Amino acid sequence: METVQYLDDTGRPLRELPFNPEELRQGYRALRRARHFDERALVLQRQGRLGVYPPFRGQEAAQVGVALCLQANRDWLLPSYRESAAALTFGMPIHKLILSWRADPAGWGAPPDVNMVQFYIPIATQIPQAAGVAHALHLQGQGAVAAVFIGDGGTSEGDFHEGLNFASVFNVPLLVTVQNNGWAISVPTHKQMRVQRIALKAQGYGIPGVVVDGNDLVAVWSVAREAVARARAGQGPTLIEALTYRVAPHTSSDDPSRYRTEEEAEQWKQRDPILRMKNCLLHLGLWSEEEEAELGEALEAEFQAELALADQAPEPNPWEIVEQVYHKMQPDQEAAWQYLRGEKA
Amino acid sequence: MIAERETRVLNNVQAINEALDLALAKDPRVLLFGEDVGTMGGVFRASDGLQQKYGEKRVFDTPLAESGIVGFGIGLAMAGFRPVAEIQFAGFLYPALDQILSHLGRMRHRTRGRFTIPMVIRAPYGGGVKTPEQHADSPEALLCHTPGVKVVIPSSPERAKGLLLAAIEDPDPVFFLEAIKLYRGVKGMVPEGYYTLPIGQARVVREGQAVSLFCYGGMVEVCQKAAEVAAREGVELEVVDLETLVPLDTPTILESVRKTGRAVVVYEAMRTGGFGAEVAARIAEEALDYLEAPILRVAGWDAPYPPFSAVENYYRPDAKRVLEAVRRVLAY
Repeated sequence: METVQYLDDTGRPLRELPFNPEELRQGYRALRRARHFDERALVLQRQGRLGVYPPFRGQEAAQVGVALCLQANRDWLLPSYRESAAALTFGMPIHKLILSWRADPAGWGAPPDVNMVQFYIPIATQIPQAAGVAHALHLQGQGAVAAVFIGDGGTSEGDFHEGLNFASVFNVPLLVTVQNNGWAISVPTHKQMRVQRIALKAQGYGIPGVVVDGNDLVAVWSVAREAVARARAGQGPTLIEALTYRVAPHTSSDDPSRYRTEEEAEQWKQRDPILRMKNCLLHLGLWSEEEEAELGEALEAEFQAELALADQAPEPNPWEIVEQVYHKMQPDQEAAWQYLRGEKA
Repeated sequence: MIAERETRVLNNVQAINEALDLALAKDPRVLLFGEDVGTMGGVFRASDGLQQKYGEKRVFDTPLAESGIVGFGIGLAMAGFRPVAEIQFAGFLYPALDQILSHLGRMRHRTRGRFTIPMVIRAPYGGGVKTPEQHADSPEALLCHTPGVKVVIPSSPERAKGLLLAAIEDPDPVFFLEAIKLYRGVKGMVPEGYYTLPIGQARVVREGQAVSLFCYGGMVEVCQKAAEVAAREGVELEVVDLETLVPLDTPTILESVRKTGRAVVVYEAMRTGGFGAEVAARIAEEALDYLEAPILRVAGWDAPYPPFSAVENYYRPDAKRVLEAVRRVLAY
């Protein structure tokens, strides 16, 4: 299968880009914002101010390119834990993401105008749910779409099949983006499947499958834009395979040296999606080092303000454990709630 | 008031069909789906005629995939619908356990109420009608051991109709298990029109002073039969239909035990780790001083439900085994 690409590894456009200059600049800013969040999150984690954190370094373009096509108050996002970049770009406030990775309940609910379901931890279970959400959106007839993310390892799960099959049979407006980042923790893709391309699996469901250079923002963005347009027009789901690489460890607790070579990661760092996009803008005369510096300052200011917001959030109370289990507390939760209230006092 | 309504004699399947019909008519958000639910009307005909009446958008067949059915329903519910999914047999729920345990009952909690799952999952359960292997399971304890879901098991057509309508109105996910034995095995007077019955309430279906029998679903008629036999010998048994397992109506259970001082819990699932153990534990925790005898369980044996129908009746508790337990607690 052909891999959709717009930029070469140095960021030079291979052909005419399907976005206008302001869009390209906007896309780059979104990439940088995601990278900034990821770097700061890892620092917070090392300082003990964040829980276990799954970094996405190297995968920014694969997530941001899709999220840029979505509207948070209309469309839906069902991300797995690796997708903080998609969440951020979609519209989740940074302080909510920080709280979420602190396992603070205050971070668990998206704002009312952001249709994002809390990061999924079990693998691939979000795909049948995303098919259901997308079917609901279709029935509601507003032209909205759902987007779901998964990794290469997740394609081995039964719910990957069931979800794609439901999406196909009901012809729902859904984007399924597989970030093929080479590794499912320590298991490489070739031990996960015998097919060369995950996008080929789309044929098994009679839906379009596209392979895209996942480190090329312009390519991901344009492929996702087409898939969203098809979905909004009632033409059904698309499976997108974004070829990328998890430069970072699986989580802040992982040691990749146990399963892969540093050379492999180094090779992929040369194809860094942010550097490529920056070089693209520089080639086209759409960016300057002054703007780069300004952007860096603005992102840091935004992050610090959001961090302050997150830090102001009160510690969760022990009795919140039994709240929101049912719409109304049932007798067993009520008894536990009373007990936990007493403990605290 | 339900009591003042016109009634007709219906069996359980007819009562359930009527409830589904009324729910579809009342709320455009209600969607009905599952394997063979649409064109065929379900293997037990619970949705008979409903696709013809409400169209393929509201009543539809799905691919043969239980995890897909439950996951799809979760998505529909989060985005504003009121899905009513049928799992063809409760023993076919197992492929969907990840969706059930990881998501169905947790979504409200893990999104702090931002997303909720007002979904009903109906499934025929239990034995007694010589079904093939895997078709007679009673997995209610698995479901009860899951935070955030409710579990309702009706025992008569009137109760089935009102409880199913309540389950569909409920803002939380509800499992609605329907005893296969009762589908056509019992008939009863069913009120006309739309009515709901409260979820979370047990009810005393027969009053007595000697022993409390706690049961639900297909075991209610078994306990009632045992109570009739005992009454002929002058022993009055109290039969309590739990009806809702989660949230459990503990006060009604305790009140009965405090009166009789003796408790037998009857369920057709495998005995170990079954829901009857939970009932026994609550009685022991809250009413030990009132007990005149140990709490006994009459349940399925710790073995798979037998796939050979000739001995099925030796697995599923019957009035004889219930009465043996009654004699033991009385003789203690």
